[in-house]
Amino acid sequence: MIGQENGNLLEVRGLKKYFPIRRGVFSRVSGHVRAVDGVDLALRRGETLGLVGESGSGKTTTGRCILRLLEPTEGSVVFDGVNLLGLSPKEMRKMRRELQVIFQDPYSSLNPRMRVGSIVGEPLIIHKIAKGSEREHRVADLLCKVGLDPSAMKRYPHEFSGGQRQRIGIARALALRPKLIICDEPVSALDVSVQAQVVNLLMDLQEEFSLTYLFIAHDLSVVEHISDRVAVMYLGKIVEVAEAEVLYRNPQHPYTKALLSAVPVPDPTAKSERIALKGDLPSPAAPPPGCAFHPRCPVAVEVCSRVVPRLLDSGGGHLASCHLVHPDSSGAPP
Amino acid sequence: METQAPLLEVDNLRVEFNTLEGRIRAVDGISFNVQEGETLGLVGESGCGKSITAMSILRLITPPGRIAAGRILYRGRDLLKVSEPEIRKVRGKEIALIFQEPVAALNPVYTVGNQIAEAIRVHNKVSKKDALIEAVRLLRLVQIPDPERRVRDYPHQMSGGMCQRVMIAMSLSCKPSLLMADEPTTALDVTIQAEILDLLKRLKDEFRLSMLLISHNLGVIAGSADRVAVMYAGRIVEEAPVREIFASPKHPYTIGLLRSVPRLGGRDRGVRRRLPAIPGNVPDPLSREPGCPFAPRCTEVMQVCRREEPQLLPLEGERKVSCFLHHPAVGEGKAVAR
Ligand SMILES: Nc1ncnc2c1ncn2[C@@H]1O[C@H](COP(=O)(O)OP(=O)(O)OP(=O)(O)O)[C@@H](O)[C@H]1O
Ligand SMILES: Nc1ncnc2c1ncn2[C@@H]1O[C@H](COP(=O)(O)OP(=O)(O)OP(=O)(O)O)[C@@H](O)[C@H]1O
Ligand code: SF4
Ligand SMILES: [Mg+2]
Ligand SMILES: [Mg+2]
Repeated sequence: MIGQENGNLLEVRGLKKYFPIRRGVFSRVSGHVRAVDGVDLALRRGETLGLVGESGSGKTTTGRCILRLLEPTEGSVVFDGVNLLGLSPKEMRKMRRELQVIFQDPYSSLNPRMRVGSIVGEPLIIHKIAKGSEREHRVADLLCKVGLDPSAMKRYPHEFSGGQRQRIGIARALALRPKLIICDEPVSALDVSVQAQVVNLLMDLQEEFSLTYLFIAHDLSVVEHISDRVAVMYLGKIVEVAEAEVLYRNPQHPYTKALLSAVPVPDPTAKSERIALKGDLPSPAAPPPGCAFHPRCPVAVEVCSRVVPRLLDSGGGHLASCHLVHPDSSGAPP
Repeated sequence: METQAPLLEVDNLRVEFNTLEGRIRAVDGISFNVQEGETLGLVGESGCGKSITAMSILRLITPPGRIAAGRILYRGRDLLKVSEPEIRKVRGKEIALIFQEPVAALNPVYTVGNQIAEAIRVHNKVSKKDALIEAVRLLRLVQIPDPERRVRDYPHQMSGGMCQRVMIAMSLSCKPSLLMADEPTTALDVTIQAEILDLLKRLKDEFRLSMLLISHNLGVIAGSADRVAVMYAGRIVEEAPVREIFASPKHPYTIGLLRSVPRLGGRDRGVRRRLPAIPGNVPDPLSREPGCPFAPRCTEVMQVCRREEPQLLPLEGERKVSCFLHHPAVGEGKAVAR
């Protein structure tokens, strides 16, 4: 089933990534970290899908599996009608032009020994798109697009601030005119006042180049601001997906509710109505049976500890995987 | 209003670093105080000097850094003048400091129980056994479940949130009067962050602690501080009671900062709007221009701002601000030219 007509640029189904845990002198595999454990996601053309969740919930691993920077254990990733997991390494390299990534850390993601001009222009060389003055021209153009002076080409990354380095990373990601950009915590390392600049830039570029974003972040306010839809991840699974306004106004999953209630608001007169959660995120090496959230869930019932709830639609594309939201969510998939 | 002398009074503190590229004024003549029982929030962007300020208070600055000027009065005594053994007594027993990275701050080779017990024994003559009993009590106080068992755990067996609870337990072990918490929840997930902030608030009330809470997160500051000092480029640019600073910020930087934070639920139906960002970047500490450090990014900048440095001066009530919009230039006797 390859969905093209429905307007989805990317469709991820049943994605799993298990990392082996090796122990002892013979490095025997003694178990698996289920970093991503059956993720379904669809990205519509031109939209921004926000992906939020606690540290270790599997956001980065999901992104890397989509790009095949990691080989998924199971599942399918269909991009623009092509199943990426069926491509040969050579075909995949070609396909990479269309899928780019921006990383969290603007300090370590740029080669410190390369000039900015080479960093941004490198993809053009690798994919044999432009050389010589033509390349220089395009690099200068890209730097302007991200709000940097073209003279930046001659300088090295350490000569720039965090926000400027993130702009360099964005220019590089844009060089090949991709369709999809996976933004993995692109503003998390930046100061608030600079973070706003980069968020604005990403929104402007999206409009100009009809980009589709998977926007991974743990800051729920930033995600609300930039996303059309938001997916919430918990212990390797998507637990809720909805239009941004709907999710923030009317969260259904108890985890989403708790998460939103815990966000500190910059208003000293706001009354805290925090929903307390018991304990910490369990280890993805030994996820709890049934609903993985049940040991911490304030409203769990008996069935939650036995049966894995399915991610079901409660209307209008608002999906949640919770037995209380969908009392019928324990049945076999249709 | 206060008849009591403040618990801590920082007066014109200046801290410099001599680097290969030149001299950096990490903290550039700041003054503030912390009253008995209050939480002062210190907020500002990365590199503005928050951590260096906290470390200076305990004289923890090491070369190439040095405290170049100022006084740090704790209960009226200048900590910059006391002897080395005396400052060691102050550390932990009078003033405790907890850091952002709880896992890194703990020693991986000792159990958390032993580490807390050691902290207790530095300042109190008690047996190892009694110190361990006290450690269990402290772990219970910071709401670690099953403390009798957990006291034998090593740091790596605990989550980040639990390690931070251990750090808090350790910092309380000698009953300090002032707790300095440097980004205590920045490395933690929001759900855990909220629990730690609640815990700190509870302990503060229970023990009548004073607190210096350092954070770059305006939400954290809004929820926990009584008063707020906003730092920019090594200086305090504004100071006010928490409600006032959020309701009516005065300094252009504070105004811009508050505007640029996206707020939960703050979005209109279906529309994504651009965030009101502050243009430009934080100034390079090596090549600082004369005048107001915010002038290159300020929308209200006037001629005088590029020439003279504004001072942190009182406004109405308990407020202070360092900006020529609010305090016309003194000295030259010129009218404020816009
Ligand atoms: N190469 C690896 N080998 C083993 N385990 C891994 C590997 N990479 C990730 N993991 C584990 O997989 C889980 C998910 O990690 P991932 O980095 O995807 O989380 P995340 O949601 O991006 O978290 P964060 O918000 O901290 O970035 C974690 O428990 C992590 O420890
Ligand atoms: N070891 C050092 N050598 C040189 N300069 C230093 C050193 N440590 C700190 N600085 C300078 O001091 C300034 C203030 O640093 P500080 O750690 O106090 O910032 P901060 O406000 O705590 O930032 P953050 O929010 O990132 O923790 C920095 O901008 C840096 O220039
Ligand atoms: S002093 Fe001038 S430059 Fe500085 S904040 Fe005030 S108006 Fe802006
Ligand atoms: Mg990640
Ligand atoms: Mg700091």
